[in-house]
Amino acid sequence: MAIQPRQAAVVEFDHVTKRYDAPTGKDKDKPTPGAVNDLSLKVPAGKICILVGPSGCGKTTSLKMINRLIEPTSGKILIDGVDASTRELTELRRSIGYVIQQVGLFPHQTIGDNVATVPRLLGWPKARLKERSEELLGLVGLDPAKYRDRFPSQLSGGERQRVGVARALAADPPIMLMDEPFGAVDPIVRDRLQNEFLRLQETIAKTILFVTHDIDEAIKMGDLVAVFQTGGILAQFGTPLEILAAPASEFVARFVGRDRGLKRLSLLRVSDVPVRPATTARPGDPAADARRRALDDPLRFLLLIDGDKRPLGWIGYDDIPADGVLTEAMANPSSPQLNKRTTLKDALSLMLDADVQTGIVVDRTGAVQGLLSITTIADKMREGEHAAGFDEVVGGPEDDEPIEPGPIDDEVRAMEASA
Amino acid sequence: MGDIVAFFLDPAHWSDSTGIPARLLEHLVISGTSILLAALIAFPIGLYIGHTNRGSGIAINVANIGRAVPSYGMMVILLPICLLILAPGLGLDPTFTLTFLPIFLAMTFLAIPPLLVSTYAGLRSVDRDLIEAGRGMGLTERQILARIELPIASPIIVGGFRTATLQVIATATIGAILGGGGLGRFIFDGLNQGLVGRASIYAGAIMVAALAIGIDLVLAWVQRRLTPRALRAPRRQGVSGPTSVLGGADSLPSTIEPAA
Amino acid sequence: MPPGTKIFDFSWLAGHLGQVWERIVQHLELTVIPLLLGILISLVLAVWAVRQPRVYGPITGLTGLLYTIPSLAAFALLRPILGLSLLTAIVPLTTYTLLILFRSFAAGFTSVPAEILEAAEGMGYTRRQRLLRVELPLAVPLIIAGIRLASVTTIGLATIAAVLGDSFGGLGQLITEGIQFVFPTKYLLGAALSILLAFAADFLFVRIEHVVTPWAHAKAGVR
Repeated sequence: MAIQPRQAAVVEFDHVTKRYDAPTGKDKDKPTPGAVNDLSLKVPAGKICILVGPSGCGKTTSLKMINRLIEPTSGKILIDGVDASTRELTELRRSIGYVIQQVGLFPHQTIGDNVATVPRLLGWPKARLKERSEELLGLVGLDPAKYRDRFPSQLSGGERQRVGVARALAADPPIMLMDEPFGAVDPIVRDRLQNEFLRLQETIAKTILFVTHDIDEAIKMGDLVAVFQTGGILAQFGTPLEILAAPASEFVARFVGRDRGLKRLSLLRVSDVPVRPATTARPGDPAADARRRALDDPLRFLLLIDGDKRPLGWIGYDDIPADGVLTEAMANPSSPQLNKRTTLKDALSLMLDADVQTGIVVDRTGAVQGLLSITTIADKMREGEHAAGFDEVVGGPEDDEPIEPGPIDDEVRAMEASA
Repeated sequence: MGDIVAFFLDPAHWSDSTGIPARLLEHLVISGTSILLAALIAFPIGLYIGHTNRGSGIAINVANIGRAVPSYGMMVILLPICLLILAPGLGLDPTFTLTFLPIFLAMTFLAIPPLLVSTYAGLRSVDRDLIEAGRGMGLTERQILARIELPIASPIIVGGFRTATLQVIATATIGAILGGGGLGRFIFDGLNQGLVGRASIYAGAIMVAALAIGIDLVLAWVQRRLTPRALRAPRRQGVSGPTSVLGGADSLPSTIEPAA
Repeated sequence: MPPGTKIFDFSWLAGHLGQVWERIVQHLELTVIPLLLGILISLVLAVWAVRQPRVYGPITGLTGLLYTIPSLAAFALLRPILGLSLLTAIVPLTTYTLLILFRSFAAGFTSVPAEILEAAEGMGYTRRQRLLRVELPLAVPLIIAGIRLASVTTIGLATIAAVLGDSFGGLGQLITEGIQFVFPTKYLLGAALSILLAFAADFLFVRIEHVVTPWAHAKAGVR
């Protein structure tokens, strides 16, 4: 059996509350760690929903209520509309992939056997178990011939984490629960595992609930992000862009950080901002004509291009001779070349590295499409910060914009819809 | 029950060389001297191996082999050796040789493995970073041992000492079979006296058990006092807690078992 | 020792191989039966203590108390109750294994890291499956370490049972007879064989542990 694409389920929290014994004495007004307060949210099939928040905010409790490692005090959790509490416990758990930070591989079983755990519980025939675990090891990028017969103690942290993901996927569950799955590996390995996992999700398209305390990981990995605050309260639920652009409260604004404008840039692409047409010229064009056209350019620069419209370099108005023709030698080296898929964060960084104000947007053939100015990016960054107006809480009031978050601009919505 | 009380109340059992005080003293002497000798052998070796981590494999194997030797068999084998080699060689009194030496040596042999392993394991349990830090601050190896390793390792070392003491006090009883002294005599002599002997057997068993538990409680107190205050765990409930009345038994499988 | 007695008479041994062999077999019986009973009882107690942590303390206390009863006294006191039957030897030998076995079994079960138990539960193991397929196998190294120590202890203690008389047999009987008749060959043989048997058992369990827990000996990066 191959991984069935689009075999995913809708997960819905319906007024779910989990209370623990109230503390007594002087702590009695403090919220109990891990409690969840009237949580309602719906994760569409095939999406990654990140539960993020400070420790003790109830994010892990919420996750564990889905596979009923913790039972809610009140409320319901619906999986494809069916109340999870009505399902047989082991059957429910076997239909949900589960990955935890410490991985929890069985040290006495080989990697192959570890991966085949749930299929074996489900009573698959032996030959299929072997085939299945090899297929999954391949899927997470581990050579089955090399890893199948090893024991977990013989693997590195990153390799173990991959095996953990493979094990969770073994029975092709429609839902995966991941509790800080990349929390125990070093930043470089984590970054690689995150990228690999996002690529994997493009093929498997599971409904994934993912707990982290790292807002950057949440923004990077999530289709949707649920920000929890202490006391098990859902502070905001939306796309990463929505949360960065319009934090719903002071808590969220502070949690996502003062650099949320910069963080937004990593989610936005060149295609999300207006591109200015370039004033172009070719070698051999008459200089007098070129001077006139350069004068009309807002920056008084011409972009010299070749026959295939590929950029050769810049010529400033002052460098264009009064007569004669333009030659390639007159051009200064080109600015960084961007394409429609380049994130604004990368674009900004490329421009700063090259110490230029303008990047050249090219298409797949390298032909010039237009120009992107550093100020356009800065404007886009400010757009988000001003919509919320919570940073002033930290830095002192500077203007009297309303605290209520403004409507999310249409562009952001359009971008999300196309994602 | 009444018989046992009567046994203890009988003044005849409190006097002369076969009375309770004399037998108790014999038991304490044989246990105390053998543990002392074992400690003199095991501690320096354990400290050296634990501090340097040199020769640990050999020491652990020796300890494991020593642990496997049955004490009674050991005493029996030592019997002719003591009688024919040690006694004439050292000019010892044959009676003393017969009733003391084999038992004493076998008990020493019994006490070495737990003492050696716990000293070694205690020192190895000290966080390497602490020792590194000590060295970095300019402590000599001797100072590291005395000021860092020993204080932190002391609860584990005393744990091994408790195990050794408990085992020796209990096992010294069987020396009576070979004519040795100590509280075991009340049991072994009782064996051969039919019904009358039962009170003697009970009394002997009670005294051995009470001695073992009593000394263990004292050592448990010492162990707790020796634990640096900051390292003292609050008394925990449940499986991991030190809940046994016989703390020494606590360390039985675990302390003896760091070697694979 | 009468003058002129040989310390070890090999010709006697050659003539009595059958008798010696019989004593060895008896000794194995005296060891294996209490060991099996002890394992069974301790397993039940340990599973109970893991499920109900509050019974752990009392069980260790009780088995510890039994452990302090001098073996010589235990054999002697049970003789009038159970008679000169094998049971008189088996009962104390079994109770002496309990402290060691119970503690190592319980330690084995509780040594399973929490995240492994959570992973097992989260993947839908039933309680029974988790016990049999995860907790039990992972407890094996500590369980075998306990059995190893218990077997060695039992082999030693079983020699003492012979003090009560021939009905128990075993290598202790060779020692008792040898001492009674001042015949060093016999008691040395009994003692040496009891020591050898203990070594053999120790070695056997080390090997068993090695074979049944390959994961515990797998070196990092090596197949």
